[in-house]
Amino acid sequence: MRETRSALRYSVTESPAIDQVGVDERVSRMTKRSIKKESKLQALKLAMSMLDLTTLEAKDTPGKVRQLCIKAMHPHDLLPGIPAVAAVCVYPNLVRVAKETLEGSGVKVAAVATAFPSGMSTRKMKLEETRWAVGEGADEIDMVISRGQFLAGEYNFVFDEIAAVKEACGAAHLKVILETGELSTLDNVRRASDLAMNAGADFIKTSTGKIQPAATLPVTLVMLEAIRDYYYTTGKMIGMKPAGGIATAKLALQYLVMVRETLGQDWLNPDWFRFGASSLANDLLMQIVKEHTGVYQSIDYFSKD
Amino acid sequence: MKKTKKSVTPLNFTGGWDYAPAPESKDHVQLKDRYDLFINGAFVKPLSGKWFDTINPATEKRIAAVAEAGEKDVNSAVTSARKAYDGVWGKMPAKERGKYIYRIARIMQERARELSVIESMDGGKPIRESRDIDVPLAAAHFFYYAGWADKLAYALPGATPRSVGVTGQIIPWNFPLLMAAWKIAPALAAGNTVVLKPAETTPLTALKLAEIIQEADLPPGVVNIITGAGTTGAALVNHPGVNKVAFTGSTDVGKIIQKALAGTGKRYTLELGGKAANIIFEDAAIDQAVEGIINGIFFNQGHVCCAGSRLFVQESVMKTVVRKLKDRLETLVVGDPLDKNTDIGAINSRMQLEKIKKYLKIGVNEGGEMYQAACSVPSKGFWCKPTLFTNVSQSSRIVQEEIFGPVLAIQSFRTLEEVIEKANNIPYGLSGGVWTDKGSRIFKVTGELRAGVVWANTYNKFDPTSPFGGYKESGVGREGGLHGLMPYLQHV
Amino acid sequence: METSKKNKAGSAARIGVLKTYKLYVDGKFPRTESGRYFIFKDTKGTALANICVASRKDFRDAVVAARKAQPSWAARSAYNKGQILYRIAEMLEDRRPQFVAELQQQGLAAKAAEEEVSVAVDRLVYYAGWSDKYQQVFSAVNPVESSHFNFSLPEPTGVVSMIAPEESGLVGLVSVIAPAIVGGNVVVVLASEQYPLTAITFSEVLHTSDLPGGVVNILTGTRKELVGHFTNHMDVNATVYCGSEAGHIKTVEENSALNVKRPFVYTTDNWKSEEMQSPYRIMDLQEIKTTWHPIGK
Repeated sequence: MRETRSALRYSVTESPAIDQVGVDERVSRMTKRSIKKESKLQALKLAMSMLDLTTLEAKDTPGKVRQLCIKAMHPHDLLPGIPAVAAVCVYPNLVRVAKETLEGSGVKVAAVATAFPSGMSTRKMKLEETRWAVGEGADEIDMVISRGQFLAGEYNFVFDEIAAVKEACGAAHLKVILETGELSTLDNVRRASDLAMNAGADFIKTSTGKIQPAATLPVTLVMLEAIRDYYYTTGKMIGMKPAGGIATAKLALQYLVMVRETLGQDWLNPDWFRFGASSLANDLLMQIVKEHTGVYQSIDYFSKD
Repeated sequence: MKKTKKSVTPLNFTGGWDYAPAPESKDHVQLKDRYDLFINGAFVKPLSGKWFDTINPATEKRIAAVAEAGEKDVNSAVTSARKAYDGVWGKMPAKERGKYIYRIARIMQERARELSVIESMDGGKPIRESRDIDVPLAAAHFFYYAGWADKLAYALPGATPRSVGVTGQIIPWNFPLLMAAWKIAPALAAGNTVVLKPAETTPLTALKLAEIIQEADLPPGVVNIITGAGTTGAALVNHPGVNKVAFTGSTDVGKIIQKALAGTGKRYTLELGGKAANIIFEDAAIDQAVEGIINGIFFNQGHVCCAGSRLFVQESVMKTVVRKLKDRLETLVVGDPLDKNTDIGAINSRMQLEKIKKYLKIGVNEGGEMYQAACSVPSKGFWCKPTLFTNVSQSSRIVQEEIFGPVLAIQSFRTLEEVIEKANNIPYGLSGGVWTDKGSRIFKVTGELRAGVVWANTYNKFDPTSPFGGYKESGVGREGGLHGLMPYLQHV
Repeated sequence: METSKKNKAGSAARIGVLKTYKLYVDGKFPRTESGRYFIFKDTKGTALANICVASRKDFRDAVVAARKAQPSWAARSAYNKGQILYRIAEMLEDRRPQFVAELQQQGLAAKAAEEEVSVAVDRLVYYAGWSDKYQQVFSAVNPVESSHFNFSLPEPTGVVSMIAPEESGLVGLVSVIAPAIVGGNVVVVLASEQYPLTAITFSEVLHTSDLPGGVVNILTGTRKELVGHFTNHMDVNATVYCGSEAGHIKTVEENSALNVKRPFVYTTDNWKSEEMQSPYRIMDLQEIKTTWHPIGK
């Protein structure tokens, strides 16, 4: 393992510098795109299909997870043509409940692992947890990187850990959470993205949702640009998942604009782009219904879970 | 990362999810069918008895007729400006003068949306730019200079400032309202009166500004706005009652004006052409640099005197930068200037389009490799797809001459010394750009570029507090900021 | 000069050594390539020297030398430029008797000659002091709205051609040269036609003052012949014309339009006045450069 991977380990010199003001300017320009009418409806449904409907609370119960799974499969049956979400994201101990409820629906089960959200544990425990979650039926593993080691410049440690988790995933897809809210600079976001992709990530993901700020547009742009460069260098597509803090349809559409203008059409589907969110689903639904009826909606008409 | 796959399919930016048309509403725009000359506080019929049409370059449809000021009209405007200078404006307490200028700023803000729409209709620029840049910046200019009116003693250390008198101002078609603000605001703050001539293809927002000046109740004659073409401009420059000429436009016309003013004792500022070098070092924040290159050359269809039209990329990142530029080109929306999603609008006039086309031909004939975005353009109106040229050299005409369109000439370089030499090897010296992550190199390069405005790790930024103007054949004097006030003052 | 008179009077056995007045170009003292000269006579009509009548080609050579000297002169620290200007003042003071004598030969009364040298020395000291200050007084940090650091500062315009004041052989010359070079410019100057001696002798002062060759180039000749050439050269960035002849002024300003030179016309005839020294004279030959840089992390 170490022998085969070591030659590919990451060096910071591979990552370009990032200018924060320039990123903000590009973001500001993208947020000014005006998405109206049929384009808006199409985007709202697309965003719906990209949701990783998430519940990550210590008080989660099997009952709550079951409800969430039903919502995932049937977001709003009153209006036909609304797609199911991409996945349900839970803690490992609730994977089995979710898997059973979603059986046959095509909606994936994602499990957070590796001592989520802090990652403050041993590698042995992290790998064990990963294997356990996969064994319980998780299709996707959302791991966290060791931010402490990353910020200390121990890139090889972080690289090897991701590579080991990837191996422990087996057939399951690996999403690597950078927890960008703890990385301080966009330069670090870029470095962590490059490192994670090189170490074997299938997706890179902004945040756990437990740290503020969670996903932001500038951070997502930097990660999408890293994915683009990685694609041109290796020919390999990597997925992207902003998570946390994306609560409105308007904001979700701005993310889609960003994907469209950075990576192009091939990434505009749930295989390559996901939203990690919970309350976003209902706002998307309200906007979809509004587009159909022409009337602004109230949350009272949409089930919370 | 280490292993490069030989051929990777380029990213796909077409098909799939696209933006629907999102046109800005024109309902709130109030335009007259015919505009007269704004002289002595009122709209008056031209003594010349002539009008000409101004058209929308995106549709080629007529918008309105505009008066053509003849020599007698120019004389009448200058005379009223002189009367206002001697009788009112020159005597008014400075703080009152300032308050008038503040008023103009405020009304412009209130009518910002209408002004933006008219600017885009008359000139072809995307509504995103007129709405977010031209109009707010124009209002900000009035705000900035309004505050100077009663603080002039601090502008010229150790000297006593005095106004110059009647100023004749001639502005171009690329930023019609913004250039009017750049000219009028400092002139008024310094205590001068104004005769302004907007460009013949984009007179409407200046005429709307005349309405605003009326609404602000400025004393008659303090600002006069007269429309017309080159002969009107020449009459204004040559009028003996004008004390100072301020011109923004081409270097060719600037030289004619400078020559015409020889021996007259009139003061002048000239803001002329450019052919700016935008220099990308290998350690630059590449994606932001690419955005800076795009913004540098495609802002306002490239109709920008400070456009970064000569791109120099360090050899080791040349391929990457060109690939990124090509990808970015595919996401630029070209079309209806009034669509909120449009990035590149219409070319300002048929004449300008012909000029750009001529240069595209020259570029290809000189052996340049031309790349254009795959986008389609409307059948009516004047359009040019965003264009890149590689395989060009320092001697290529598209590298040496100002095209004033969305055309970028790309060259590579190896060393700092080489690129500085190439960047400065041109008669112009208006602006330049440098992109590097290394602090000491930024100051080295910005220091050595012979240009009046240097953007480091950014490009095409403007602010009322920031002086703008050129070295060498790019002009004389500065506009904006403290230094932009000085040409409108004499010190005794 | 004293010795030559004695020789004529026959009262001294020793043959005096006459000074040859030449041009000052690129830190050297060449003769005019044209081979032309005029005889300079004192007020009593005594021939004192042969003065070079510089040609268009001499001017061209001087511009080449000036252009070559410009970047490194501009790049010198403000402190160093100030020291060199002060050194010029020291050298001038040191040779005071020679200048007083020469000015008298050119027709000035003793007292006026003394005063002219004093003002010239003081003016050099005045501008020496500005060398590291005018940038502070005339630069600005501009509070732009966006997240950028933005500042404006003066930089030298470049190569400047100058028609020096006709009526003031030393103070006039110093008054136009000093503000130009203290600001990092280099100059090619046409000396006063009536009073050329002190101009050439002043170049000897420059030559012994650590001023690099080519920074100041001094030609003697006629305005009539050279005013056009001084102002139509495409590698000259600015022109200073001292005088009030309408025809010349028009030529200067018209020719400037060839390459958008910055023409300056100074019409004063009282160069000794304190009003003739000002930081605005330095700023006439400066360009304002504005630099932007993002502020981010």
